[in-house]
Amino acid sequence: MRAPAPGAPGDAVPIAAPAGEPPVPPAPSVGSTGVTRWAADLSMGARFALLGGREGWARTVLTAIGVGLGVAVLMIAASIPHMLASRDARADARENFGPSETVERSDRSALYARADSEFRGESVRGRYLQPEGDHPPLPPGVEEAPAPGEMLVSPALRELLASPEGELLRERLPQRIVGTIGDEGLLGPAELVYVAGADGLVEGEGSTFRVDRFGQTHDSEPLDAFLLLLVVVTCVVLLLPVGVFIAAAVRFGGERRDRRLAALRLVGSDSRMVRRIAAGESMVGALLGLAVGTVLFLPVRELIGEVTLFGLNVFPSDVRPSAALIALIVPAVPASAVAVTLLALRGVAIEPLGVVRGSGVRRRRLWWRLLPPAAGLLLLAPTFGGLDPDQGSIATYRIAAGIVLLLVGVTSMLPWLIEWVVGRVRGGPLPFQLAVRRLQLDSGSAARAVSGITVAVAGAIAVQMLFGTVEKSYTAETGQDPTRAQLQVIAEVEDDAEARELVRRITEARGVDQALGTTHTYLTEYDKGVDDEYHTPITVADCATLAELARVGACEDGDIFVVLSPDREEDTGTRPGARLNLNPPRYLPEKDALVQVGEPVLWTVPTDIREAEGRISPLGTTVDGILATPAAFDLSRLTDLRAEVMVRIDPSVPDAKEYVRNAVETGDPGVDVWELASTERAGEFVFVQRALYAGAAGVMALIGAGMVVSTLEQLRERRKLLSVLVAFGTRRSTLGWSVLWQTAVPVVLGMALAAVGGIGLGAVLLAMVSEPFAVHWTGLAAMTGTGAAVVALVTLLSLPPLWRMMRPDGLRTE
Amino acid sequence: MTTAEPLLHAADLRKSYGPTPALDGASFAVHPGEVVAVMGPSGSGKSTLLHCLAGIVRPDSGTVHYRGRELSAMPDTERSALRRSEFGFVFQFGQLVPELTCVENVALPLRLTGVARKEAEARAVEWLERLEVEDVGRHRPGQVSGGQGQRVAVARALVTTPRVVFADEPTGALDSLNGERVMRLLTDAAHDTRAAVVLVTHEARVAAYSDREIVVRDGRVRDLAGTI
Amino acid sequence: MSIGHTLLGLLETGPRHGYDLKRAFDERFGHDRPLHYGQVYSTMSRLLKNGLVEVEGIEPGEGPERKRYAITDAGITDVAAWLGRAEKPEPYLQSTLYTKVVLALLTGRDAAELLDVQRSEHLRLMRELTRRKKSGDLADQLICDHALFHLEADLRWLELTAARLDQLAREVRG
Repeated sequence: MRAPAPGAPGDAVPIAAPAGEPPVPPAPSVGSTGVTRWAADLSMGARFALLGGREGWARTVLTAIGVGLGVAVLMIAASIPHMLASRDARADARENFGPSETVERSDRSALYARADSEFRGESVRGRYLQPEGDHPPLPPGVEEAPAPGEMLVSPALRELLASPEGELLRERLPQRIVGTIGDEGLLGPAELVYVAGADGLVEGEGSTFRVDRFGQTHDSEPLDAFLLLLVVVTCVVLLLPVGVFIAAAVRFGGERRDRRLAALRLVGSDSRMVRRIAAGESMVGALLGLAVGTVLFLPVRELIGEVTLFGLNVFPSDVRPSAALIALIVPAVPASAVAVTLLALRGVAIEPLGVVRGSGVRRRRLWWRLLPPAAGLLLLAPTFGGLDPDQGSIATYRIAAGIVLLLVGVTSMLPWLIEWVVGRVRGGPLPFQLAVRRLQLDSGSAARAVSGITVAVAGAIAVQMLFGTVEKSYTAETGQDPTRAQLQVIAEVEDDAEARELVRRITEARGVDQALGTTHTYLTEYDKGVDDEYHTPITVADCATLAELARVGACEDGDIFVVLSPDREEDTGTRPGARLNLNPPRYLPEKDALVQVGEPVLWTVPTDIREAEGRISPLGTTVDGILATPAAFDLSRLTDLRAEVMVRIDPSVPDAKEYVRNAVETGDPGVDVWELASTERAGEFVFVQRALYAGAAGVMALIGAGMVVSTLEQLRERRKLLSVLVAFGTRRSTLGWSVLWQTAVPVVLGMALAAVGGIGLGAVLLAMVSEPFAVHWTGLAAMTGTGAAVVALVTLLSLPPLWRMMRPDGLRTE
Repeated sequence: MTTAEPLLHAADLRKSYGPTPALDGASFAVHPGEVVAVMGPSGSGKSTLLHCLAGIVRPDSGTVHYRGRELSAMPDTERSALRRSEFGFVFQFGQLVPELTCVENVALPLRLTGVARKEAEARAVEWLERLEVEDVGRHRPGQVSGGQGQRVAVARALVTTPRVVFADEPTGALDSLNGERVMRLLTDAAHDTRAAVVLVTHEARVAAYSDREIVVRDGRVRDLAGTI
Repeated sequence: MSIGHTLLGLLETGPRHGYDLKRAFDERFGHDRPLHYGQVYSTMSRLLKNGLVEVEGIEPGEGPERKRYAITDAGITDVAAWLGRAEKPEPYLQSTLYTKVVLALLTGRDAAELLDVQRSEHLRLMRELTRRKKSGDLADQLICDHALFHLEADLRWLELTAARLDQLAREVRG
């Protein structure tokens, strides 16, 4: 213990300059311009970083790894625009949503039908192609149209079908595999796709239509304002902590570096020179970090092809950072390394005889920390009360800037908050006291380590809140009741016999408890003429099935019911005596009009029709119109029917859903199987939310790694003290708990701040989309829980080195 | 002095760090209330001897008996407990926990043994008074002078009223006046509490505060008490 | 410093003429004050009388007769006792201590032990002074400190010598 240097801050801890550092004479600065002086000092720092012996190297490598991790994440983020663009391009190039004008049958046309399916939760994209000549249009990746009974498959599907797991799917796809779809026809290497040949397709039947080209899609809808806001917030929330982490990585090993700088002061460098030398040193670390980041990025990119994350799988070649963003990242990383170093050394006086830290002298002030969030609020305020969906990119930037400022403001409050809180804590058990005292002396490094997590969690909580409320508008409450039925099969059928056959096959499938089939069609009222806009729905099913749809009471075959709909007051087609046309007029595209094709066939609504109250079906809908038992309405006179089957499966039979899918597969498109779920989310929405979860977890892991490094660094600095404490007989657990508290206190405070800040930002975001304030508690719990897990992990990882350092070797000073 | 059973007794200690032996058959004994100076040139094994005697380091061979118990046979937790309750330590420098105030530093060993915070700090204040540093009690170690800090360290070593105080170059970082003061206070306080002191030093003026001295050279102890 | 013990110690390395003895003494210990020739003869006659040396032979020569002296067993014992006895600690002991160390090395004895013995003796006095200092007034303290610092200086010199014994042994014997 030394007496404080005269004039030195009372709380300062002087650290003696270590002997043995090679004194390097400072570069002469007389007569040189500012720029060359900067260059000379920076390059000297660079030399230290590279040639500064083992310690200098260790520091540089540590910084490079830390920065490299951050840069790799940034590069992945910078690849997202291209990744999504090329994915969209791939999706567009292979699709044809149907021509806007009629395509004539020709040598160059083909019939095309969608036959998407699902296998154990994974979607299988299926297309039928029936060439009508020698030069049919071919989607990308397909060299030759497959013949009927044959198909081309994606490599992933080929692999799945060949494996034992794919046996069940194989039954559904009996076609012979004759080739592979090339990469250009796939969205990602793991996508399951097949293109099958056909000979029985009929234009206009089911989803079949004629095409003469591919790559014909509608303009993709621009992301609407809500989703745009979500994407912007998510990106900001995920990338901001990476920036914080990089800033922390640049400061790795700073304390030892400072002592080396003190040795430089001893041989005559002035304090500005050593600052620049330090900046040069961290700049080299950052530059190496860029290289490390690139090196890390390449295998990660290859790995991306291997994994399907949240249903998203892309080709590594599509993961290409955008040149503009790279041009931004490459100079920004070393530049910010220099800036962070200069900023960090602001409060440190590097004197020839040691380093004096100004910590604890200046009280941290609150007022300027409130400026960034206030500025952020000002930027966001005009958008309160609703976003204009047509806002341009300027609004996007303003929103992003406002969010960044708000989050940065929350983070900049953290050092003040930690200082304020630990300054008021008294008492507690010994490990807690040690930790609190340590934080009182230097809360800055702890705050730095935690600030990244705070940003991530605050942002994540805000986004969660946004999700929570926006979810309601994007997640249509389907009203489906999966307890009554789990699958719905919809098929376009030629006639009633085909509908019955479908129900029979489903009933016989393994794992099916019950299959309730209905047959639907719409009829017009003959007396109202061709232009009757109220098509009267008619549903034909047996009494048991009708009971699921309406309160029919006593029912036997031959009964007929009507469910009146309040919307259909004008509809007179259900009244007894009304004459319905069993051959209703059809829409002919070429005439763009409804036309009576053939003679009308009349059917009169019987007078004994009974009124019944509609019931919410398992599908969440209420049928209305005429409900008839098969004896009351002869379906055989009708064509173009729609069969709907509600299927209840035995949950104890694995793959029951797959058996149903296999049962309804006829080798023809036109049968759809839907899973009933109580909620159903918009696809984009789900993706954004999942990306947020994954990103937040990754960012926290990254920050946790940084915290382990700084904790170990701090422990190493205190090796001698640890040895003294061991000599005293201090228990390991005492010091272990102390480390835990030392990590936990700032993290808990950071989490509290993140919760408050996140809820605040969430409230702002909700105001922007005009939604009522509501906190997403589970999201909040999940995020803070993850933060707590990081603390536990950091402590756990710090313990073995702590035990090692608690050996008495540190006492050996001789 | 040599009539009673020794409080701490080491026989034929050997300890190597890597290929070089730090102790090469050292023996030692200290009796209650006795101040023994351990002298010898740098690197002769003085500190290693102290570490072995205090049960901080387990010797490669040889025995250390404290009040009839064999130290090297004890598990680490038991030796730690012994160091907490029966031994006190003063080192050359860098031993005070920088973030704790001086009172809290002195109270630390008591709190490690489970004494409540209030009582521990009250006793710490008493000891600070005894060592004439009561006025720096609320200061942090970084805010006090070297001599004051070292007296705080002595107070901390004595606060548990240990039976043995181990002092490793306690005045090594101090000037003569402060060194003398620390030694006077340390030996007086040890004398009052009948604590034995094992005092590692290379300074004769510091060793002059002892009752007898031993010399460690090349890892062996020359006990000259009997040769004259 | 005891000239008698020193000359006796020099004789232990081998019989010498009186004049050789003076030269050997001057060379090693008499840097600033060469021994007077008469001192050698008076000392030798006292040692002869005490039976610590004997005359091995007389060589007739041009000048005065040359007696060749040799150490007796009693003489060797006396040297050993002298070397093993700590000097009364007092300031400016170096010359005596140095003489003793050199003679110990010359006669193949353990010089390190000699130093330890001396340190022990110094410390005994220093303890005494320290005790007096603790109980005395300021004047006492200052006087005691003066003595303590000088004694410490001697001891530090002794430590340094001990650390360099190997080098010294080479020089003395070589």
